[in-house]
Amino acid sequence: MQNIEAQIEALQSQIAAMDKKIPSNKISMIVFSGDMDKVLAAFVIATGAVAMGMEVVMFFTFWGTPILRDKTKKAGGKDTMGKMFGAMLPKGTCEVKLSKMNMGGMGTAMMKSLMKKKNVASLDQMMEMAEEFGVQIFVCEMSMDLMGFNREEMIDYSGLSYCGVATFLEQANDSKIQLFI
Amino acid sequence: MSEEMKIAKVMDLKGLPCPMPILKVNKGIKEVEIGQVIEVWSTDPGSLSDFPSWARTRGHQILKTDQNGDVTRFYVQRIV
Repeated sequence: MQNIEAQIEALQSQIAAMDKKIPSNKISMIVFSGDMDKVLAAFVIATGAVAMGMEVVMFFTFWGTPILRDKTKKAGGKDTMGKMFGAMLPKGTCEVKLSKMNMGGMGTAMMKSLMKKKNVASLDQMMEMAEEFGVQIFVCEMSMDLMGFNREEMIDYSGLSYCGVATFLEQANDSKIQLFI
Repeated sequence: MSEEMKIAKVMDLKGLPCPMPILKVNKGIKEVEIGQVIEVWSTDPGSLSDFPSWARTRGHQILKTDQNGDVTRFYVQRIV
């Protein structure tokens, strides 16, 4: 009798451990790219995932980071390198380019006008929707530091916070889908 | 589906490309009661595959799909 009780207890703890291993209905994305087309795809997947009932977390790192800068905001107190990076990297969504066929900006301009004509949502519109849907955005602290960005120059986005690699891995470990874009 | 199917709401999503139809229908279905049916018009060719995928994942039911030229009408019943 005692043996059975011990067995039941062991089984229960096993089930509890298994429960912990089942990931949440969540998608974790790393947005590494700073290309307009790739980031747009990331946001289409993000908003679509919300419609499919999933929780969505996006991690912006390296070239993805400058997309989250707000062109209307100014950040002071930068060193020379920070100023250089700040000037060279795109400031927000309106300065990002296509990964292919940019052709000195002509391709990107053509794509933007085509998107408008075909009613395809712009990157700005997609980001607005993502915010409304509660898509969480994490920004890589190391990229911010490396490129000399200040938090004051980043966009106002209600689900935005800063993190390191462990935060991403914790979220990815608890996600059914992980993407690197 | 018979004529007596009651439509609680009609959504005109003509001209909207991916991912908008799915985002809109997902929002729209929440605005009717469980058991009620919405009629959705879409011209996005991807909707033919996307609506069933969305409905299966969210647990709703597509009662009928009517294709007429470019426009597809989906009759979706809110189940959950």
